[in-house]
Amino acid sequence: MSSLSGDVGGLRLENPLILAAGILGTTGASMRRVALEGAGAVVTKSIGVEPRDGHPGPTVVRLGVGLINAMGLPNPSYRSFQDEIDIAREGGVPVVASIFGSSPEEFAEIASALDVDGFELNLSCPHAEGYGMEIGCDPANVEEITRAVRRAVNVPVWVKLTPNVTDIRVLGIAAQRGGANAVVAINTLKAMAIDVESGYPILGNVIGGLSGPAIKPVALRCVYELSGVLEIPVIGVGGVSCWQDAVEMIMAGAAGVQIGTALMGGLEVIRDITSGIIRFLDRKGWSLEEIRGIARRRGSTAPSKEYPLSASSTTSKSFDEVETHKEVP
Amino acid sequence: MRFRPANLVIKDVVRETASVSTIRFDRSLDPTPGQYIMVWVRGVDEIPMSFSAPDSITVHAVGDATRALCALRPGDSVGSRGPFGNGFRLTGERILLIGGGVGVAPLAFLGEDARARGVEVTSLIGFRCREDIIFLDRFRRLGDVILTTDDGSAGIEGRASAGLSEIDPEDYSQIYLCGPEMMMIDIIRRCREHASRIQASINRYFKCAVGICGSCCLDPDGIRVCVEGPVITGDRLLESEFGRYRRGPSGMRESCY
Repeated sequence: MSSLSGDVGGLRLENPLILAAGILGTTGASMRRVALEGAGAVVTKSIGVEPRDGHPGPTVVRLGVGLINAMGLPNPSYRSFQDEIDIAREGGVPVVASIFGSSPEEFAEIASALDVDGFELNLSCPHAEGYGMEIGCDPANVEEITRAVRRAVNVPVWVKLTPNVTDIRVLGIAAQRGGANAVVAINTLKAMAIDVESGYPILGNVIGGLSGPAIKPVALRCVYELSGVLEIPVIGVGGVSCWQDAVEMIMAGAAGVQIGTALMGGLEVIRDITSGIIRFLDRKGWSLEEIRGIARRRGSTAPSKEYPLSASSTTSKSFDEVETHKEVP
Repeated sequence: MRFRPANLVIKDVVRETASVSTIRFDRSLDPTPGQYIMVWVRGVDEIPMSFSAPDSITVHAVGDATRALCALRPGDSVGSRGPFGNGFRLTGERILLIGGGVGVAPLAFLGEDARARGVEVTSLIGFRCREDIIFLDRFRRLGDVILTTDDGSAGIEGRASAGLSEIDPEDYSQIYLCGPEMMMIDIIRRCREHASRIQASINRYFKCAVGICGSCCLDPDGIRVCVEGPVITGDRLLESEFGRYRRGPSGMRESCY
């Protein structure tokens, strides 16, 4: 039987499937439960400096193709979260703390205070003023915040990137320069929904983030683009709901695959995807390592240059100005 | 499956007490007793409400959203998601309903559904005072009723548990509970030997209502109350955080006293 164990972003995981940030991550018990359901690692809800109640409801809109959410980063603050991490660890898999802040100092303050197996920096939430993608669209911020956390801790640091930019590679390179062990791509896409009966935007916050099957092709493209230019691993997330989706992510170059919205259908999806990947690899006689990034090797053109690169108004450096490290196989 | 909020037009608003109103919609949502809907008071907030009948909810005005909901008039509308969750499972031929305050609302609906199926129903309902009593006639139509009030202004003086002396839980195939958390845990502990036959509808902080945000998860097993509840068996609750603490909107633990 094929082995799925390996190194993902500096953590040794039994399988590459990881609970995505913000999903069932408020309590230690729910994270432990997901770990016992077969996840290779779990990521907490994003934790900040002060307690936050989050946005008023509705906080989610369910669509046929996914989900739009605007939770608003509810969290009890890092000062009240170590207990939950300790309980989550009873699940026997690495626990990664997703953290957010408004400055490098805030990120470092939180990271220094938590005892955890790794950090995922939320530089990508699309609907919280002063946080997430509002600061994570600027590569200089991404680099500085990553560096601040990297200096503050001795565990792996992952940087979760927003796709709501012209060129996500610029952000990935900034994270790598800052010392990230991996990037996580992607967070949700900015979206909204309107109630036609009343004309009201449905979400309490008006704007939210789209997740689920609708964004998988975007996530796949981002993972492909990032893995073409980065030396650090890329962890794929966005719309993975079956083993074929996970295999696609890995074939695009992902070292790990996070599962989020698909858990709405039940926690057993993690085990279903894991066993699906194993059956697939066994049937093909392939290893996980062999299929990782295979799409790049099968592709006919040089991927890092196949898209026209325009300078983005949201980025301080264009792609052409930053160094790329990876040879195309 | 419906994905967008359904538009529910309000047909009727019945003032039950000074702070409790029953809001009847223009149609039945075909819920199982114990299920709930997320009611969106547009421009204010979205809140979970259990059904007091297939076409109504009964609301205690305590916060911004519930006050705004109670201020709506016939012809106004709300958005709704659901029905959601696992409701009460009807078991056996002789059941006992134990409710407190506005928590009696889903029990009245359950009792009527059970009665229509030929099940014998006994009710033990408790309120703070005479002025807070709701649905007494509905319960009386179902069968025997034991009434308590905290101040003794009607029925037996004391909490709902004071009425337990009038009945033998052994006589019932199933006991259904809904009301304030401390009342429910008190009853479950007093009827510990029957805990596996108790089904309680509980409250936790619901945000997504579709089982992914994690705000309503119950320790120590991480039960997602919004989809795996809100009805949970007494024996599971005895082993849980229930009656000791709960979590607020930020996820911070709060005492439930």
